[in-house]
Amino acid sequence: MISANPLSAPHAHASDSVPKIMLSVWVALLPASGLGVYQFGWPALNILVITSIAAVAAEAGSLWVAGKNIGRHLADGSALLTGWILGMSLPPWAPWWLGVFGAVFAIVVGKHVFGGLGQNLFNPAMLARVALLVSFPLEMTQWPSPAALSGGAAPGFLDGFSITFAGNYPDALTGATVLGHIKTELAAHGASVEASLTGHYTALSATVGTTAGSLGETSAALLLLGGLFLMFRRTIAWHIPAAMLGTVAVLATAFHLVDPSRYADAGVHLLSGGLIMAALFIATDPVGSPATPRGRLIFGMGCGALIYVIRVWGGYPEGVAFAVLLMNAVTPIIDHYVRPRIYGREAGGTPLEYQTPEERS
Amino acid sequence: MRLFRFRGGIHPDDHKGPTAQIPISEFPLPKRLYIPVQQHIGNPAQAIVAPGQKVLKGELLAKAKGGLSAPVHAPTSGEVVSVEDHAAPHPSGLAATTIVLEPDGKDAWIETRGTEDPFALTPEIIGERVAGAGIVGMGGAAFPSAVKLSAAKERAETLIINGAECEPYLTCDDRLMQERADAVIDGIRIMLHALGTNRALIAIENNKPDAQTAMRRACEDFPGIEIIGVPTLYPMGSEKQMIMSLTGREIPAGKRSADIGVIVHNVATAYAVHEAIREGRPLIRRIVTVGGAAIRKPANLEVPIGTLAADLIAHCGGLGEEPARLVMGGPMMGVSLPHTDIPMVKGSNGILGLTKSELHSPKTSSPCIRCARCVQVCPVGLLPLQMAAHSRRGDVEGAARLGLEDCISCGTCSYICPAGIPLTQYFNYAKGALAARRAEKQKGELTRKLAQARQERLERQAREKKEAAARRKAEREAAKAAAAKSAGEERKATS
Repeated sequence: MISANPLSAPHAHASDSVPKIMLSVWVALLPASGLGVYQFGWPALNILVITSIAAVAAEAGSLWVAGKNIGRHLADGSALLTGWILGMSLPPWAPWWLGVFGAVFAIVVGKHVFGGLGQNLFNPAMLARVALLVSFPLEMTQWPSPAALSGGAAPGFLDGFSITFAGNYPDALTGATVLGHIKTELAAHGASVEASLTGHYTALSATVGTTAGSLGETSAALLLLGGLFLMFRRTIAWHIPAAMLGTVAVLATAFHLVDPSRYADAGVHLLSGGLIMAALFIATDPVGSPATPRGRLIFGMGCGALIYVIRVWGGYPEGVAFAVLLMNAVTPIIDHYVRPRIYGREAGGTPLEYQTPEERS
Repeated sequence: MRLFRFRGGIHPDDHKGPTAQIPISEFPLPKRLYIPVQQHIGNPAQAIVAPGQKVLKGELLAKAKGGLSAPVHAPTSGEVVSVEDHAAPHPSGLAATTIVLEPDGKDAWIETRGTEDPFALTPEIIGERVAGAGIVGMGGAAFPSAVKLSAAKERAETLIINGAECEPYLTCDDRLMQERADAVIDGIRIMLHALGTNRALIAIENNKPDAQTAMRRACEDFPGIEIIGVPTLYPMGSEKQMIMSLTGREIPAGKRSADIGVIVHNVATAYAVHEAIREGRPLIRRIVTVGGAAIRKPANLEVPIGTLAADLIAHCGGLGEEPARLVMGGPMMGVSLPHTDIPMVKGSNGILGLTKSELHSPKTSSPCIRCARCVQVCPVGLLPLQMAAHSRRGDVEGAARLGLEDCISCGTCSYICPAGIPLTQYFNYAKGALAARRAEKQKGELTRKLAQARQERLERQAREKKEAAARRKAEREAAKAAAAKSAGEERKATS
């Protein structure tokens, strides 16, 4: 009898696979995206579908150009996930071409220019988000106030169609994000943070998600739910989210204690904008983040510090995408210097002198 | 006792259920035995029998050759049919020198020399007898045991007995400890005596409570011997990880366990030592787990060395379905066999017929997404994803800088990789390439030295020739001058 497959060990394999990982992240994003669609109406669904289809199409095109097996690589689900995450980070009533441009940019420039899955230095969705923000600042900062949950009616199918594809943006419904409001009030009127927040922000609305903001980033609670699912499934580890959120919380608390009228407290920072979404689903993208737990802590702290700096002193109200990209660029350096200690060797690589763990610690 | 946690590790499905409760049964003598002369690390033994020769059970077939080697004995009485090349237990199925023995059915022992009181023997004699019995490490590595008993004698403080059996499917050590605990403990006491120490720790994974109970009962009267339940975590049975778990110590890179006062032997090796010293019986049989979903009736069999895998499988009801992979050893580190016409050797702890669904092996590998699960599970603290990137493009020196030579080939990274990248396989390739490159370099160095020596020799010879010529010339001239002088004097005298 000849066995079909005489290969070397191991002859066993765990059941997890790349498609399963991508699928689980997508599933974890569903509650938050679902809320976005519910409260912002049909245009939100339109944009999610548009970014996903455009991303998959761009992936297929890039694979074809690169001469790779299209079916096999599309099946890993990574392009769909990139498109979906990009959609969640866009304003909910964004026009169709913004979604298409962003998704194609993410896949082609953010991913395949580097060599495809796993080779990209930057998170594709965040790269596209920044490209869009810089290129189309007006469209990227039109925030409809969430109609459905606050009593009004979300646009129906036809209205949604008109908003997404014909650009008929109902001006009356325009609102502002909490972070944007704080920034403009402070710059324009010198208003204190407390004054700006009154009527614009409650911790409850930020937790539930009934605030103006990106399509899928408003609900801290639902995002947290998805993140915990991924941690439970061991798709992501706690290091990056904890370091990132912890750093923002510490910095916000420290400055808030110094001058409460100028600096918002930790709660406002943690629950507003794209921080929780980024900490759980974007910074944890393994491709652009360090490979070791210690490296990931450094990466997360770096992201958190940059976000706080950009939000408070930078030109943009939100700095999540910039922060993640900057730390993506530092990842190779972190991975070069932060490595696990090898068994039988000192951290530097020289063989151990005889030592017990008690002596070492 | 306080235990220590080694880094990383995985929890593969243990698949031990089908055989863990099946008692060891004796395997009937097969028609022919195929006994390779090399069943161990080191030099092959040298066959000392000729075709047609009748041998008794336990008679020496091949003697140890060189410093690191082990002899091979006849597993039963019968006639040597031939000494030929036969497929060896290796994925290539390449042939190796094998003694083919046809049993006569009498199973008649050669005269054996046991002993009533092993503790009256000197450690040297125990070492000699263990070496003479052809005992090698039976956990799979097959390192000659006597070397580990005698070389480490001065430094050994603790004897660790490896009963972890962390490989999935395998239950042969589990059954051995359950059924023959007293003999195993006796072997351990003999080893302690040979090492000149009195402390032995027997590590048994917590998924084998029955073995723990049986062994604990057997060593009740021997205060130096302790049973330690260790967590079920692969690769607990790896020497380095086991020492770490029990003592918290690491073997410094490039050193051996004896350098930190620890010697590790397998439970089956301890049993073989008991047999060799008490009964005078050489190592001619071992317990093999025959398992995997492709095998109809999985079992633990006590098998004569040299039995073909085909005979074992037939005895276990044959194959229920065609296995996707046939493995000797465990699924994590065992070797895949090209066919079943391959004999059991001293280190063979299992024969597994694994079906496709059990293998769960990814058909193709997809690109690395840097999820770093390989980093998380690596028990050594390596960065497999980066080492693989270097290995794949042939940069073995780059992989070596990242710690390739510290890799223990345990397979955890390949097991966990969601992209199905054959990481361990890359590293095994890179280790081979690195060794070849080092050998090549050494050879080049040697060639260079020889050429240099030749050059120097030629130059020296030329110089010597020149000097000799000059000397001869000087001598000639001196002689001439002397002759002229003496001729002048003669002339003077005669005038």
